[in-house]
Amino acid sequence: MSAPILKVRDLKRDYVISGGMFGKSKLLHAVKGVSFDVERGSTLAVVGESGCGKSTLARMLTMIDPPTAGTIEIDGEGIDIAAHGVTREMRQAVQIVFQNPYGSLNPRQKIGAVLEEPLLLNTSMSAAERRDAALAMLEKVGLPPEHYGRYPHMFSGGQRQRVAIARAIMLRPKLLVLDEPVSALDLSVQAQILNLLRDLQDEFELTYVFISHDLSVVRYIADEVMVMYFGEAVEHGTRDQVFSDPQHDYTKTLFAATPRADVESIKKRLAAKPAA
Amino acid sequence: MALLEIRNLRVEFDTAAGPFRALDGVDYTVEGGEVLAIVGESGSGKSVAMLAVMGLLPESATVSADLMAFEGIDLRTMPAAERRKVIGKDIAMIFQEPIASLNPCFTIGFQLDEVLKAHTSLSRKARKDRVIELLESVGIPDPLRRVSAFPHQMSGGQCQRVMIAIATACEPKLLIADEPTTALDVTIQKQILDLLTDMQRDTGMGLIMITHDMGVVAETADRVVVQYKGKQMETADVLTLFENPSHPYTKALLSALPENATGDRLPTVADYEAMMQADVREVQP
Ligand SMILES: Nc1ncnc2c1ncn2[C@@H]1O[C@H](COP(=O)(O)OP(=O)(O)OP(=O)(O)O)[C@@H](O)[C@H]1O
Ligand SMILES: Nc1ncnc2c1ncn2[C@@H]1O[C@H](COP(=O)(O)OP(=O)(O)OP(=O)(O)O)[C@@H](O)[C@H]1O
Ligand SMILES: [Mg+2]
Ligand SMILES: [Mg+2]
Repeated sequence: MSAPILKVRDLKRDYVISGGMFGKSKLLHAVKGVSFDVERGSTLAVVGESGCGKSTLARMLTMIDPPTAGTIEIDGEGIDIAAHGVTREMRQAVQIVFQNPYGSLNPRQKIGAVLEEPLLLNTSMSAAERRDAALAMLEKVGLPPEHYGRYPHMFSGGQRQRVAIARAIMLRPKLLVLDEPVSALDLSVQAQILNLLRDLQDEFELTYVFISHDLSVVRYIADEVMVMYFGEAVEHGTRDQVFSDPQHDYTKTLFAATPRADVESIKKRLAAKPAA
Repeated sequence: MALLEIRNLRVEFDTAAGPFRALDGVDYTVEGGEVLAIVGESGSGKSVAMLAVMGLLPESATVSADLMAFEGIDLRTMPAAERRKVIGKDIAMIFQEPIASLNPCFTIGFQLDEVLKAHTSLSRKARKDRVIELLESVGIPDPLRRVSAFPHQMSGGQCQRVMIAIATACEPKLLIADEPTTALDVTIQKQILDLLTDMQRDTGMGLIMITHDMGVVAETADRVVVQYKGKQMETADVLTLFENPSHPYTKALLSALPENATGDRLPTVADYEAMMQADVREVQP
């Protein structure tokens, strides 16, 4: 068995929150000691209730926020941004697609430049080569070439989400953390993105940590699934284990609450509705 | 009289690459107490249509329509002061990207209070209680403390729920919700959808719900508009749409749920187009 590319041990993150109407501040334990490994070339899906600490975990894995305690090892190398910062190679090897693509795009930078920037900084490609790479990437995420010269605000929500994905995969990072990357996409475009991620994984042995609340997406993309609940990992197993035999109550609730899109359920709902 | 009635809405953007038509003659009607779902491909003009209603499109947009009436009065000919009163009070919108639409410089409690101040006659004390009540209604834990949090101190889904609390705070007659549950797991999604549909039942509010989640459509909508590339493909009541979709795009949409994936690949945009063409050939031999 190959060594895991990502090794996380007892990772914790606290936030100080001000007291509000109580006047006294308090510690919020957003991530409470999480441990897991991810194999190279595989996908770990992280699911869990809103506010359970998924994005906090993502920010620690991608070296944006320092952990309060615990260790992260990427490709055998210990990461401690608080103590000695991060090398450029490491920054390049680990990329993130933020949950909020709007906030992560510079409003004054055209999309072509957004996609070319990592190539400009990290490769010796010529301007023409960079442009071609950017245009090819646009096509891969289902955006027309005219969008090359557009600014972020000129895109629809789902288009912006795809720009963020395109930017992150431009450099073929070893480890890619995707925080709700397809939440704004309709099924057809979502499928195109999921297929693309899978192709890239096969071709370049990319490793994904994929945060999503959409169980059908998780079922498609994940090798392993980790379920978080109030800052703890309460369940972790292979996809088939978790889907066929969920152990934790929250996981079971999650499956039960998935909306039903069949005709019988619609009829039942309409029948129960009081006449307007 | 319909709550909102829009006929033949067109929106064109002036871009560096020339004019771009985002919407090409779409119609929407919403009655009080009704839930209208708008579904369609990413980029099909769902958000642009609703931003046009709110008067929030940038200068580069040219909007035209045969009719754009709220409670029978054309929004376009309404005096500016009148329109400002309607938008925000009678018509509220939950924007697609919640973090971007909250003000990063103010606490969420302050932002909620501002809305109550502007649109209700509640006393200072009553507003304070109402703010907590609203945060509770959208399931924000520990609301007494979290009122003083800034948006960046909240999770993605928590920001989305604060946005929902703000939009429902003034009990609008029409609520436009643009992908209101995209950042939420199914358990909290259910709580939010129940909150919106209860409100709609109790106050007779009209609700326009933009979503790409056919499960959400099935569980909330009365009628559904299906859009594709700036055009309206089909309008139907929810049961008809699921039982007997008439447009090929709708059929493709319903048959492409990931649980129906064959083998390793999911059906993509290209497959949809193929499905649609095959279907059209069937209809016109
Ligand atoms: N900068 C911060 N200061 C204080 N509290 C924070 C901060 N960032 C996050 N939190 C809190 O930590 C908890 C975990 O937040 P996180 O963003 O990790 O949740 P999440 O699982 O990503 O949720 P969602 O699915 O809604 O995006 C939440 O209760 C949140 O309010
Ligand atoms: N300011 C703008 N300038 C140019 N084009 C724009 C602008 N705003 C939106 N568009 C384009 O208009 C089209 C419709 O956008 P809209 O935001 O309504 O899509 P949508 O249906 O809401 O998609 P999504 O599901 O991805 O949010 C898109 O192709 C988008 O790129
Ligand atoms: Mg998050
Ligand atoms: Mg939109």
